[in-house]
Amino acid sequence: MKDRPRVQDFDWALLAIVAAITGIGVLEIYSSTHASGMAGIQWKQLMWVGFGIIGMLVISRIDYHVLLDQAPVLYLFGIATLLIVLAIGHSRFGAKRWVSLGGGPNLQVSELMKLIIIIVLARYFSEVRTDRLTLTDLVKVAILTVVPVALILKQPDLGTAMVLIPVAVVGAFLAGIDWKHTAVGVVLLGLLIPFGWNMRHHLKPYQQQRIETFLHPEEDQRGAGYQILQSEIAVGSGGFWGKGFGKGSQNQLGFVPVRYSDFILAALAEEMGFIGVCVVLLLYLGLILRLVDNAQKAKDKAGMFVVMGVTAILGFHVLVNASMVIGYVPVTGIPLPLMSYGGSATAFVFLALGLVMNVRMRRFVN
Amino acid sequence: MAPWSISDQRIPQGRLALVSYLSVVFVVLLLIGFWKLQVVQSGHFADLAERNRVRSIPIIAPRGPMLDREGRILVDSYPSFSIILLRDDPKSLQKSLAQIEEGLGISREEILQQLEASKNEPKFQPVVIKPAASAADIAFVESHRADLPVLELMMVQRRRYSHGEMLANSIGYVGEVSPQDMDRSEGRYRPGDIVGKAGLEKRYNDVLEGTDGMRRVVVNSVGKLVRTLDNVEAIPGKPIQLTIDYDLQAIAEADMADKEGSVVAMDPRTGDILAVVSRPTFNPNDFAVRIPQDEWNRHYSDPETPLLNRAIQAQLAPGSVFKIVMATAMLETKSPPETMRAYCPGYATFYGRTFKCHVFGKGGHGDVDLHKAIVQSCDIYFYNVGKQLGIDRISFYANALGLGHRTGIDLPSEEAGLVPSEEWAQRVYHRKWYAGETISVSVGQGAVTTTPIQLARMIAGVASGGILVQPHFLKNFPNPRVDHFAISEDTVEKVTQGMYGVVNEGGTAAGARLQNIEFCGKSGSAQVIGYAVRNRLGKQKEFKDNAWFVGYAPRRNPEIVVAVLVQGGEHGGAVAGPIARDVVKAYYDKRNARLQQQASNENPDQSAAPRPLIATVGAQRP
Repeated sequence: MKDRPRVQDFDWALLAIVAAITGIGVLEIYSSTHASGMAGIQWKQLMWVGFGIIGMLVISRIDYHVLLDQAPVLYLFGIATLLIVLAIGHSRFGAKRWVSLGGGPNLQVSELMKLIIIIVLARYFSEVRTDRLTLTDLVKVAILTVVPVALILKQPDLGTAMVLIPVAVVGAFLAGIDWKHTAVGVVLLGLLIPFGWNMRHHLKPYQQQRIETFLHPEEDQRGAGYQILQSEIAVGSGGFWGKGFGKGSQNQLGFVPVRYSDFILAALAEEMGFIGVCVVLLLYLGLILRLVDNAQKAKDKAGMFVVMGVTAILGFHVLVNASMVIGYVPVTGIPLPLMSYGGSATAFVFLALGLVMNVRMRRFVN
Repeated sequence: MAPWSISDQRIPQGRLALVSYLSVVFVVLLLIGFWKLQVVQSGHFADLAERNRVRSIPIIAPRGPMLDREGRILVDSYPSFSIILLRDDPKSLQKSLAQIEEGLGISREEILQQLEASKNEPKFQPVVIKPAASAADIAFVESHRADLPVLELMMVQRRRYSHGEMLANSIGYVGEVSPQDMDRSEGRYRPGDIVGKAGLEKRYNDVLEGTDGMRRVVVNSVGKLVRTLDNVEAIPGKPIQLTIDYDLQAIAEADMADKEGSVVAMDPRTGDILAVVSRPTFNPNDFAVRIPQDEWNRHYSDPETPLLNRAIQAQLAPGSVFKIVMATAMLETKSPPETMRAYCPGYATFYGRTFKCHVFGKGGHGDVDLHKAIVQSCDIYFYNVGKQLGIDRISFYANALGLGHRTGIDLPSEEAGLVPSEEWAQRVYHRKWYAGETISVSVGQGAVTTTPIQLARMIAGVASGGILVQPHFLKNFPNPRVDHFAISEDTVEKVTQGMYGVVNEGGTAAGARLQNIEFCGKSGSAQVIGYAVRNRLGKQKEFKDNAWFVGYAPRRNPEIVVAVLVQGGEHGGAVAGPIARDVVKAYYDKRNARLQQQASNENPDQSAAPRPLIATVGAQRP
């Protein structure tokens, strides 16, 4: 028994997988942009990774029990921040999603909300004393989740809003849920999906802009369809072995939409082929399994819920992003964690991993 | 210890394991998805990727020129620039609209309308917003390459009708291929391709049309050219040489400038069309660039029918020109005998109805034989001829001389005219033919209608002893059809003597007489409507008689025949005759000059006069 958490107790296997994915991501960002006006953004991405690692180290030092103690405060802080963003945040791509950090880089506050919801729900679920969630419990969890979801939707950012839900769903499942409640939940979700699909036209003007509303206002689905099609063409034309690093025509000539970010998997699929996709997806599977392993070894339920909250979000990101790239789900703007270019998203992943390290380091600590 | 940490701390290992298994299942499902695209359908998508990046830019082949019989250019093509609008990047397109509006002088509405019209075309296919760019427009595009990347110049080949309205109705015009033609072409035509729409442009489209080349280039997602892959040059269309003589055409055009009607000049020995005029007409250059719908409608529904080629499409009563058919039929059938005479007091009564001669009111022709009847165009004489011949014999000879059916000229939409018969009355009107109708037909009125080209061919056919050649515009027209209809020497002699008299013996076209040329012919002044109706409505212009004159030279075996129609011209011999005379005179002037030159070339030593320049040039040739 040790009495002090140490960095040596970090999950190095997990971090090796993270490093591999991040490395592949940076290379693909380079390949996608080196011949364009955005050349060099791989260095910025590496800078974000650096910031993320520092954040990970910092967050791993603060005992997660302390964080969970402050859950109500964090929750209120998060909600307040979202409200402020709605009030004064400035628009980028038609969505109010950013707050200016006094001359520094802008932070996407909804990413922060992801961390907060993990902590808040972990706190809530670990307080449930029985092995079964009551209906009241479920309603409370639903309310806790729906408030930030609604605020983020209002920004509007359907992708990030959706990402919060799996934390509640996975948490409820692990906390023990009545099959009747499950059935009701599934039905409700089934009703919500078409609603959300329709809302996306109203809520995401930046997407409509992409969709060439100017030329064909009545055909804006064709624009989204165009993005998906170009992504599918990139993936499909990559074939089994890929066209080679830096040689994908869909990628290099810019047919793949935001090829360095949301559609980076399509760019990789084109240049590295099915083999490359296998490697990446298996790395992600390894990451998820390793995270679940950490949950299984957590000292207490609270730690388990924290780790599984992180797992739920990352798993959901990978699942939805990869499905989007091959045209199984509509374009929603959910990036591929660790690979897609983007400061806030990258920082979030490392901070979330910091929480996981936090739990892991303390599994033997009294 | 915080209160929340005292609860049951057992980790739900089973459920966590389930999450792991579920993750594996999801990854497997995703890999199946990728497998489907990347392995099963990879060929299909590789194809699509290739089509994405490779754009084929057509290199438009110029249409072949049209030359006159001496090789002078009547129609050709010239390279010109169209300004095209790239639609790949709607955002910058929208931003540029105001600037384009100002710089090129195209209204925003017009641009948006064109974008709307082509919204179902692939995105990478640009829209032509200015088909014929001026030098200023080109300069505007060139100088705004940086800030207006949505504008691009495209080289196209445009049709140039060098002489504007000259020969317009026969040459026709070109235009963008219609959707119907595109469907029928089985992929040969793309939207926006230029094809012949009317006249010779349409008839000889296959010859004139070249084969477009293709440049394959790699483009990026906003359609910007990255590099050229390969180049297939265009094969220009072949030229066609016409039988038209520019000099004769110019004279005929000038004579008809302020008139409505038609002129057809033909070499009856070969069927060569030497000149064709149809008035009113249009300027095909207006159609060569995109023509606004309302302007097209204006042309199309104009009551003066400028698009009608009157030489082959105006079906009108031939009037007294038809008497040549009557005279031929009479002499050939000897019914009535050629010795028949008639007395013309200015009118005559047949079947209880009074028929007038054209001199009615100014006395009559008095005692008339066949020769005088042709020369003076006596209606009374031919009423009697027609009464004896009967409609079916008239019909037989009219048909034999090429009336009532198409001449087979190499132009689309030729009309056949009409030669009535008993059978025709029965078939079309389900009634008997009235003998009184025959009287009208005898002087080219009533149901009989002809086109100018038919009359030219008919007159020349009689004068050449029954040889009717298929008229044509193409100089190397393959095997023109020749109809032989045996007419006896005696008949030809008598009828042509009559037509000689029309011009040279103080006949109805005495004003058309030419020195040293056996210029013959027959005039006609055909009523547009019956006298009864005309008297009721008063003498308005539209009811004035059509003036006809069909002249030819020489008297036997003519080299040139000219049919002239002046609608509302009233007096065939006086109005139409001189036009035919001018054309024939020009023909002989040219021919004589040519013969003279040949003579001086053949006997250079005997020629004391200084040699013409052209002969000197000729002599220096090896």
